[in-house]
Amino acid sequence: MHGFLAALGYEGWILHALLWLPLVGMLSVLLAPSSRAKYLALGWSLLILVLSLGLWWAFDPATGNFQMYSSRPWIRPWGVNYAVAVDGISLFMVLLTTFTTVVAILGSFNYIKKYEKAFYALMLLMETGVIGVFVAVDLFLFYVFWEITLVPMYFVIGVWGGERRIYSAVKFFLFTAFGSLLMLVALLYLYFQARAATGVASFAYADLMQVTLSLREQMWLFAAFCLAFAIKVPVFPFHTWLPDAHVEAPTPGSVILAAVLLKMGTYGFLRFLLPFFPEAAQHPTVVTLMMILGIIGIVYTAWVAAVQPDAKKLVAYTSVAHMGFVVLGIFAMTVNGLQGGLVVMISHGISTGALFLLLGMLYERRHTRLIEDFGGIGRVTPWLATAFLITALTSIGLPGTSGFIGEFLSLVGTFEARPVMGIIAASGVIFAAYYMLPMVQKVFFNALEKKENREMDDLSPREIAILGPMVALMIWIGFHPTPFLSRMEASVVTVLERVQGVRANLPAPFGALGGVHGDGGEVVGYGDPQDAELSAVAEPQLSENHVPRGDEE
Amino acid sequence: MEGDVHGAHGAFEPFLPGLVILLPLVGFLLNGALALAAGRRSAEAVRQGREPDFMHGHERPLTHRLPTWIGPGVVGLAFVVALINFVRMMGADLHEPVIRTYWTWMATGSLKVEAAIQLDQLSMVMMLVVTGVGFLIHVFSVGYMGEDPGYPRYFAYLNLFVFFMLILVMGASFPVLFVGWEGVGFCSYILIGYWFTDREKADAGKKAFIVNRIGDFGFLVAMFLLYTTFGTLNFVEIFDQAPSVLVYGGGLVTAVTLLLLLGATGKSAQIPLYVWLPDAMAGPTPVSALIHAATMVTAGVYMVARTSVLFALAPAGSLAVALIGAATALFAATIGLAQYDIKRVLAYSTISQLGYMFVGVGVGAYAAGIFHLMTHAFFKALLFLGSGAVIHAMHHALHHTHSQADPQDMRNMGGLRKFMPITWIVMWVATLAIAGIWPFAGFFSKDEIIWYAGARAEGPYGQWYTLIWVACLAAAMLTAIYMTRLMVMTFHGRNRTGEKEAHHLHEAPPVMWVPLVVLAVLSVFGGWVNVPQAIQESFLGGFGLLPMAEWLHHWLHPVTGPAEEILTRYAGGFAHHAPFGGGELLWAVLSTSAALAVVLVSARVVSGIAYKPAHEDVEPTGLRRVLYRKYYVDELYDALVVRPVVRLSRFAWKIVDQGIVDGVANGLGYLARAFGWIATLFQTGSVNTYAFFLVVGVLVVLWRVAF
Repeated sequence: MHGFLAALGYEGWILHALLWLPLVGMLSVLLAPSSRAKYLALGWSLLILVLSLGLWWAFDPATGNFQMYSSRPWIRPWGVNYAVAVDGISLFMVLLTTFTTVVAILGSFNYIKKYEKAFYALMLLMETGVIGVFVAVDLFLFYVFWEITLVPMYFVIGVWGGERRIYSAVKFFLFTAFGSLLMLVALLYLYFQARAATGVASFAYADLMQVTLSLREQMWLFAAFCLAFAIKVPVFPFHTWLPDAHVEAPTPGSVILAAVLLKMGTYGFLRFLLPFFPEAAQHPTVVTLMMILGIIGIVYTAWVAAVQPDAKKLVAYTSVAHMGFVVLGIFAMTVNGLQGGLVVMISHGISTGALFLLLGMLYERRHTRLIEDFGGIGRVTPWLATAFLITALTSIGLPGTSGFIGEFLSLVGTFEARPVMGIIAASGVIFAAYYMLPMVQKVFFNALEKKENREMDDLSPREIAILGPMVALMIWIGFHPTPFLSRMEASVVTVLERVQGVRANLPAPFGALGGVHGDGGEVVGYGDPQDAELSAVAEPQLSENHVPRGDEE
Repeated sequence: MEGDVHGAHGAFEPFLPGLVILLPLVGFLLNGALALAAGRRSAEAVRQGREPDFMHGHERPLTHRLPTWIGPGVVGLAFVVALINFVRMMGADLHEPVIRTYWTWMATGSLKVEAAIQLDQLSMVMMLVVTGVGFLIHVFSVGYMGEDPGYPRYFAYLNLFVFFMLILVMGASFPVLFVGWEGVGFCSYILIGYWFTDREKADAGKKAFIVNRIGDFGFLVAMFLLYTTFGTLNFVEIFDQAPSVLVYGGGLVTAVTLLLLLGATGKSAQIPLYVWLPDAMAGPTPVSALIHAATMVTAGVYMVARTSVLFALAPAGSLAVALIGAATALFAATIGLAQYDIKRVLAYSTISQLGYMFVGVGVGAYAAGIFHLMTHAFFKALLFLGSGAVIHAMHHALHHTHSQADPQDMRNMGGLRKFMPITWIVMWVATLAIAGIWPFAGFFSKDEIIWYAGARAEGPYGQWYTLIWVACLAAAMLTAIYMTRLMVMTFHGRNRTGEKEAHHLHEAPPVMWVPLVVLAVLSVFGGWVNVPQAIQESFLGGFGLLPMAEWLHHWLHPVTGPAEEILTRYAGGFAHHAPFGGGELLWAVLSTSAALAVVLVSARVVSGIAYKPAHEDVEPTGLRRVLYRKYYVDELYDALVVRPVVRLSRFAWKIVDQGIVDGVANGLGYLARAFGWIATLFQTGSVNTYAFFLVVGVLVVLWRVAF
C-alpha cells in the first residue's frame, strides 16, 4: 500500500486535495439541481473519505515531526504562508473529520427538508474549515480556518434548527467568537514579538514557537489562548452554550459539532497551548486549576446529565464529561495521559456522533426528544436498540470498546501525575453508568405502552449503513487500539519533550519541535533551506514535501 | 513467552487454549445473528398488535431451533478443550504459568498490556467450573427457555457471558481480567433485565450495573497504584516482584488490597455492595444459577486468590476480607430465614456462602476458598436449577388456570415431592451439601474454611479471627435452618397451590432433570477432591479409603505457594487447634453432627407451621418483619445515597448550571448588548453582519494573494 501511494505521489497532494475538494464539491452542489444536492454531497464526501484513508498507510509512525509538509507564500508582506502538514495528533482528527462528514451527510437525508442545496454546501464548507484547522501549520492560516468553521455551524443551527434556534445559534456564535478574538489578540502579540526579535515577519508555527517569552507574558498569552480553546471544548464553566446548541441543532449539526468541532479546542491545547507556553502550562497552579475544571466537567456534568428530561440535552452534557477526560489527560503531561486524551477524542467523536444520529433517528420517527415519551421500544426496534446499547456502553467506557481505552489511559496518565486527581476523576465511571443506563432503560426498556411507540419502524438499510461502520470502529479500537496508539505516540512524545524541555540542550526551537532527524542529530527546521537540504539527504522520502518557508524564497 | 517448565513429567503443552475463549464468542456471534433476525420478525408482530409467537401452530423457525445446538454446543466443546488441557497439565510438571500472547492490546509510553491468557492450575480449575457447570446450565436452559420468544437472544447473551467469564479467569494481567470483570457485569445487566418490558426487572439490571461500577472504581484505582509502583500490570511480573518491592503490611499494599476488596464486594455481592444480588433474581432462573450463583459472583473470590501474594503482604487487607466475609455470611443467612420467595432465599444463601469463600481467602487458606467456590458452584447451581424446575412447574400450573398467584412464593407450594420426585431428591442432596453434612461436598469445603479461620486465632489480629470463626459456625447453623425451611415449605406437607392447579403440576422434562442429576452427583463427590489429611485418615474418611487427600491443595500449590510462604514467614502460619482447643477432626465431627441435628429439628419445627397461601397471609411482625424487610437496607441506601445524589443532580442542573453559570454568561451578554447599543450607531450589531464581514474579509485577503 505504501509503495502504491508513493507511486501516486500521494504525500505531495493529499492535504491540498482534502482541503480544496470539499469546496469543489460545494460549488457542484450549488450549481446542480436541488434534488441532486444530497447525492452530490454524499459522493464528494465519500471521495474525500476514501482519499483520506491513504493517510493511514502514508503516515510514518516512526517520527513525531510534521509530515507531508508543504508551504507556499500567501500574504508575503506579513509573512503569511499557506503551510499545511500532519503529525500523529492531527492525523486522526483529519480522518475523524472526513469520516464524520460522510456519516453526517448520510444522516441528513430524511432530516433536512428545506434549502437542501444550501445545507449540503455548508456541510462541505465546514469540512474544509475543520480539516484546515487540523492541518494548518501557519497560525494565520489556522486562525482563518478556525473562524471559517463558525459560519456554517451558525447557519446550520440558525436555519435548520429547532424552535429556539436563533437564541442557540447566536449564543454559540458569541461564545466562540469571543474566545477567538482573544486568541487573535494573543496571536498578534506573539507575531510582533517574533518580528521584533528576529526581524523576520512570519506566522509559521515553528517560528512563533521560537519566541522567547517571560513567564508573565506566557501566563497572559496562555490565558487568552486557553480561553478560546476552553470555550470550544467546552470546559466548565464555559460549557452552557453547548447543551443549547445541541438541542436546537439538526442531527447532522449535532454530529459535526460533537464529533469534530469540540475537538478543535482540545487539539488547540495540544498543538499550541502546551508547546507555545510550556512554562505557563506546567505551572503547578495552572495544572491544578485545569485539572479541577476537567474533574468538575467529569463529575458535575455527569450529575447534570443524569436528570435531563431531554435525551439530546443529556448526551450534550455527557460530551462535557468526556472532554473532561481529555483535559485531564492533556494536563497530566504524561505519555499515557496525552495518548488517552487523544483516544477519548476519537472515541467520543464516534460514539457521541452515533448517539446523536440515533437520537435523530428516534426523533424522525416520533418527533420528540423527551425521554418520557418513549418506553419499551426495544420491542419494535430491536436493531436500533442494539446499536444504541453498544454505543451507550462505548460512551460509558465499557472494556472492549474504544471508550475504555481512552478513559483508562487518560486516567492512568492523570494518576501518574496527580494521584488524587486521578482517583476523583475515576469516580466518573460510576456516574457515567448513573446518567446513561436510566436513559437507555426509559427509552428502550420498560413497558411498551404508547401507541405511537408501537408503530415505530426499525433501522432502514441507509441507517444500518451509517451505524454499522461506527459500531465496528468502536469495537475495533476497543480490542486493538495499537495501530492508533502507535501512530500517535511519536508526536505525543515530541509535544511532551518540547513542554518539559527534555531536549533543552538542543538549539531551540527545532529540537524542541522534534525536528531532529536520523542518528547524526542534524537539526532541521521548517524555516531554513539549508537544513531542509540536510533532511533531504537524511530522509529522501520527506524531502519532496520539505518546501522552505515562503518569505525566504 | 513460555513459562520455565521442567521436571520429571516434562513440559506442559497447551492444546489450543484460545479455543476455550473463542468458541463461546463464535456461539455469541451466531446466536446474535439469529436473534437479530428473529427480533425483526417479532417486532413486526408487535407493530401489528400481536404477541410474537414462534412456537405454536407450525414448526419452530430456524432462528429458534439452531440455538438449541449452538448455545450449549460451543460451551460443551469449550469444556472438552479445557478438559484436554487439564489432562495435559496433570501429566506435566508445571511450576510457573504458561502465557499465551495473541496481540498487543494497549502499548503506549511505558505501559504495555498484551491480549494474553495465563494457563496455570488456578485458571484451569476455573475454566473447568465455568465451562462444565456452564454447559449443564445451557442444556437446562433449552428446556426452561424453550417457549420464550427471545430464545436466540437468550443464548446469545448466555454465550457472551461465558466468553467474558473465561477472559476473566484466563487473563494474564489486571486489565485483561478487567475486560472480563466488566464484561460479565454487562452480561449480568442484560440477562437480569432479559424480560426488559417489565420495569421491575429492567430496574434490577440497572441497579446491578451501577452498584458493580462502584466496585469497579476501586478496581481501577488499584490498577493505577499497581502500575505506578511496578510499571507493569502483568500478573507474573507483579507477583514476582511484590515481595521485594512492597513492604509487608505497608500502606501501599494495604491500600491496593482494600481497593481490590472494594471491587470484589461489588462483583461478589458482599457487604456493603451486596444489595444488587437479591434483585438480580429477576432474571431467568438458569441465569441466576450460572451468573448469580456458580460463576460470576465468585469472581471476587477468584481475584483475591489470584492476587494472593498482595493480600498475604497486607495483613490488614486480608483481615478486612475475612471480616467482611464473616459478617456477610452471618448477616445474609439471617435474612434468608424469613424470605418466602424461593429464589430470594437462595440469593441470600449465595451471598452468605460467598462470605465463607471470602473468609477462606481472607484467612490465607486460598485453596480452601477456591475449593468452596467449586463445590458451591455444584450445589448452588443445582439448587437454583431445581428451584427453576419448581417455578417452571408452578408457572405452568398457574398459567393453566389463569391464576395470578406468585409461582415463586413458597407459601403457594408445599407437598411438591409427589409431583416432582426427581427434583425433590436432588434438591435434598444439594441441601445436605450446603448444610455441611458429611460426606456431601459442602461438608469438606465449608469445614475447611471454618477450621482455617480458627487456626489463625493465635497470630496477628488473633481475636478478630476468633470472632470470624464463631460467626462462621453460627452462620453454618443458620444455613441448615433456612435450607431445611425451604425444602419443607416447598416439597413437604400439604399442597397449597390450589385444587385445580395441583392437577397441572408435573416433573420437569429430561433435558432439565438430567443436568440436575449430574450436578447432584457432583454435589456428593465433588468434595472428595480435597479431603483434609486428618479427616481422610479417620473414620470420616473411611480410614484412608477416600481418595485424593488434599489433592486440590497440592494442585493449586504452584499458584498459592508464594502467598503461603509469605504468611508463614510473617504471620506464623496456621495453628493445629481451634481457638478453644480441639483438633480438625473433633470440630468436623462436632459441626456436622450439629448441622444434622439442626436439619432434623428445623424440619420438625417447620413442618409444624401451618402456612397459608401467599394471598391469605399477612406480613410478619416484630423481628421477623425486620428480617423479611431485609433490615431495611435498601430503604437506607435509598435515603442516604440514591435520593441525595438525585437531589444534588437537580440542584446542579437547575440552580448551578442554569441559574449561576448560564446566568452569568447571559448576564455578560446583556451587558455587552447595552454597550453594543452604542455600537449600533455604526453597525447593525447583528451576528449575520459579523459573519458577513468575516467572509468578505477572508475573500478580500484571498483576492490580494491571488492577484
